[in-house]
Amino acid sequence: MTEQISLEVNGVPQALAVEPRRLLVQVIREELGLTGTHVGCDTSQCGACTVHVDGQAVKSCTMLAVQADGAKVKTIEGMATGDDLHPLQAAFWEKHGLQCGFCTPGMIMAAADLLARTPDPSDREIRHAIEGNFCRCTGYQNIVEAIREAARTMRESNSTPAMAGV
Amino acid sequence: MAVDVLGAPIKRREDPRFITGKGNYLDDIRLPGMAYVAVLRSPYAHAKIDSIDATAARAMPGVLGVFTGRDFESVNPLPCAWAAGGVENHLNTPRVLAIDTVRWTGDGVAIVVAESREIAEDAMLAIEARYTPLPVVVEAEHATKPGAPQLHENAPNNINMVWTVGDREGTAQAIASADVVVRQRIVNQRLIPNAMEPRGAIGSYDQGTGEYTIWMTSQAPHVMRLLLCAFVLGIPENRMRCISPDVGGGFGSKIFLYADMALVAVLSKRLGRPVKFVESRRENYIATTHGRDHVTEIEIAGTKEGEVTGLRVTTVANLGAYLSTIAPGIPTTLYGRMLSGPYRFPNVFCEVTGVYTNTAMVDAYRGAGRPEATYVIERAMDLFADKTGLDPAVVRRRNFIPPDAFPYDSRLMTNTSGTLSYDSGNYGPALDRALTMVEYDGMAAKKADARRRGKFLGVGMSSYIEVCGVAPSKWIGLPGEGWGAGLWESANIRVHLTGKVVVTTGSQSHGQGHETTMAQIVSSELGIPFEDVLVEHSDTLGTPFGYGSYGSRSAAVGGMAAYNAAGKIVQKARRLAAHMLEASPDDIVFDAGKLYVRGSPDRVKTIQEIALAASVGYDLPEGMEPFLDETAYYDPPNCTFPFGTHVAVVEVDEETGVIDLKRYVAVDDVGKKINPMIVDGQLHGGIVQGIGQALWEGAVYGSDGQLLSGTMQDYALPRASWLPTFELDETITPSPVNPLGVKGAGEAGTIGSAAAVVNAVIDALRPLDIHHIDMPLTAPTVWRAIHAREVRS
Repeated sequence: MTEQISLEVNGVPQALAVEPRRLLVQVIREELGLTGTHVGCDTSQCGACTVHVDGQAVKSCTMLAVQADGAKVKTIEGMATGDDLHPLQAAFWEKHGLQCGFCTPGMIMAAADLLARTPDPSDREIRHAIEGNFCRCTGYQNIVEAIREAARTMRESNSTPAMAGV
Repeated sequence: MAVDVLGAPIKRREDPRFITGKGNYLDDIRLPGMAYVAVLRSPYAHAKIDSIDATAARAMPGVLGVFTGRDFESVNPLPCAWAAGGVENHLNTPRVLAIDTVRWTGDGVAIVVAESREIAEDAMLAIEARYTPLPVVVEAEHATKPGAPQLHENAPNNINMVWTVGDREGTAQAIASADVVVRQRIVNQRLIPNAMEPRGAIGSYDQGTGEYTIWMTSQAPHVMRLLLCAFVLGIPENRMRCISPDVGGGFGSKIFLYADMALVAVLSKRLGRPVKFVESRRENYIATTHGRDHVTEIEIAGTKEGEVTGLRVTTVANLGAYLSTIAPGIPTTLYGRMLSGPYRFPNVFCEVTGVYTNTAMVDAYRGAGRPEATYVIERAMDLFADKTGLDPAVVRRRNFIPPDAFPYDSRLMTNTSGTLSYDSGNYGPALDRALTMVEYDGMAAKKADARRRGKFLGVGMSSYIEVCGVAPSKWIGLPGEGWGAGLWESANIRVHLTGKVVVTTGSQSHGQGHETTMAQIVSSELGIPFEDVLVEHSDTLGTPFGYGSYGSRSAAVGGMAAYNAAGKIVQKARRLAAHMLEASPDDIVFDAGKLYVRGSPDRVKTIQEIALAASVGYDLPEGMEPFLDETAYYDPPNCTFPFGTHVAVVEVDEETGVIDLKRYVAVDDVGKKINPMIVDGQLHGGIVQGIGQALWEGAVYGSDGQLLSGTMQDYALPRASWLPTFELDETITPSPVNPLGVKGAGEAGTIGSAAAVVNAVIDALRPLDIHHIDMPLTAPTVWRAIHAREVRS
């Protein structure tokens, strides 16, 4: 028994026949081969599977793939523009916001959701925004710093007329 | 001569693939024709297996096979590679699947192979297994009592070993004759390591060549191959290739040999298809190793002036249902031998009893023995200071090993193969700096201010040492310390014709950044640009044998192997340069990638020109082999001993028992740093694992042996919003053990932190006459301690 769904994933339309019990994360990883989205738990606690569904951060293990029918999905693979890293990706690299890298894609997607809503977050707001994402390596300190740095970069690029529309 | 790439905070080479989602973790690997397995585990913590009926499961569409323990009778039990040294051990290790008896809920009883993971899990639920439950024991203290359920025939009273270190008589006399003696029972609770990537293994057997390839989430793929081939499966070691792809954290739990590694190997041959196992998080909690779990009686004795004269430590260590790969070594060598800490204690005696219970196996978890030792010592120092009425900082300074006493023999690191001494240290400045940063002198006013707000403010310190790069093989090995192998490391360097370098190392990175730091060492030593040095690791085909990464050993041992291999390259380059420049090798100066004749810097060859000449081989000195290709095996002469002081400031809410960690200051001395950015990252993460133990984390079993803290919803992993921003500083005391001067930084944060936080909370509650509370200091626990006191008064 499969059900036909269509999605737009990282800007590419996808028509898929999926089992109704398949989770969005399983379809992203196994059927679309986008393995940057990770599975770290089975209780929707760790946040390693965080993606954007219609612009909002979602733990893709909490959603059936059929529930995402018609949605626009963005994963970590869709964050960079060609060779140009997203400011969050660049800041995580610059500030050593990752060690083993397993939580990183989910962490970046959760942070992107925050910065879309809150361009100039306080450290407290950053820590609150990522509290649904576990990291066991970094102690979060450099992740917070990276998100703060990315927020600054994004604000500056948005306020520079030459960069408008980029 | 080194150039400044060594010691620079260079951005990590491995990060671009991780931040773009292009990492390659085990579960990302899909091989053509791959089948998937699910393991049925026991619902009981202790039971006889009566029958297993897989008829229904086998009949399900997509199921390729169901196997039980009987199908693996020819497979040996997993080995224990580190029995406690110098004493009798009653060893019991798990089989790949249990046959007659299950002894913890992680024991597998059947394995399903199917076309998909979902089908395998569905079929697993269709297996009918019947059991006769047996009595269960969970607490190590209960397990040794008369009448307790017995797990293994060869281990009466469930005791694996009783091990001692130190001066029993001298310590007894010191305690008997002391002005001040403090006794306290403390619990170092069981923890779940929680690497974010679950464990897994993929087996693939090539029927054409008769070779196995095993992908594994391992911190030590070379060692896994050795154990799988020589001890478990009886396969020639040269018929198996083990690969760790990108590994998502380990913290010790991925050092060990697990049943699934052997199962996927055997099943891939039996079915003629690649076979993948990936644990669920719940399986990770139930069946992958845990850490700590000590119950300890402390007796600390000394003078009224604050000089400690004796420390007696009696520990019962819960090792779980069987022995994991190196389990007995953790509460003995890495714990008992560290119980002098940074102090010149004249008398120390420790007795450790290793005990079997119906719980998950306990083995190394970040710090592995040293966090437990530091917790004992640093709680004891505060209890002693409290009893004498002296400032805890004063008591610590009074007992520190003085800087002119190094190398220092603590008299706890002697075995039949020799004695190890602390390499270098200067403990006072780290303590002083940490107290200055936290404004220790102003604490009385801050405490008074907190009281006016209904809070109790406390400050706690922890001065630790740790032991890294555990070695030498002669000392740690079987005749001395019981470790069944060596602990050297290896590296190979090839400088290709184009001047591009490939370094292969036996070390393994699971987040530490070896691809960056090893390249920094080699780039610096060869004077070849960092960008031109590539580091490869974690594949037994193509990397030299290595014991893997744990015990903060990669820089001090693996890094030194790379350093020495670079030294061999330079030696050969010097001889070839002398030939090309018509000079004597002794007259060739090597400086930052340039080789020239002493006094004539214009007569110069670059290392790249030498590499070209060595590669083409047209004109080499008599007897020289072509190519710059050198391998080094490095066995250190001693361990390294990093140290530092951590200070925590907390506020405890009187009404709720909630603890607010206000400040956290850490001054660590890890020797010289290869990449200070990476060192800071290691410290941050380590500190949180210690804070997590102090305040929130704990594995909880019911008396029936069911893991109650069995998911991430029930086990309190630290979250970003619970933590302050840490304030780090350093002192640098280079290690004299190795020419890099490095000590190790992977575990220091975890070792120092738990005691600092607990000491701060107890300091806060001192006005209530509270002297100890066992971890984790959750709000309900602290509330009960506060209000029990109020009821009493």
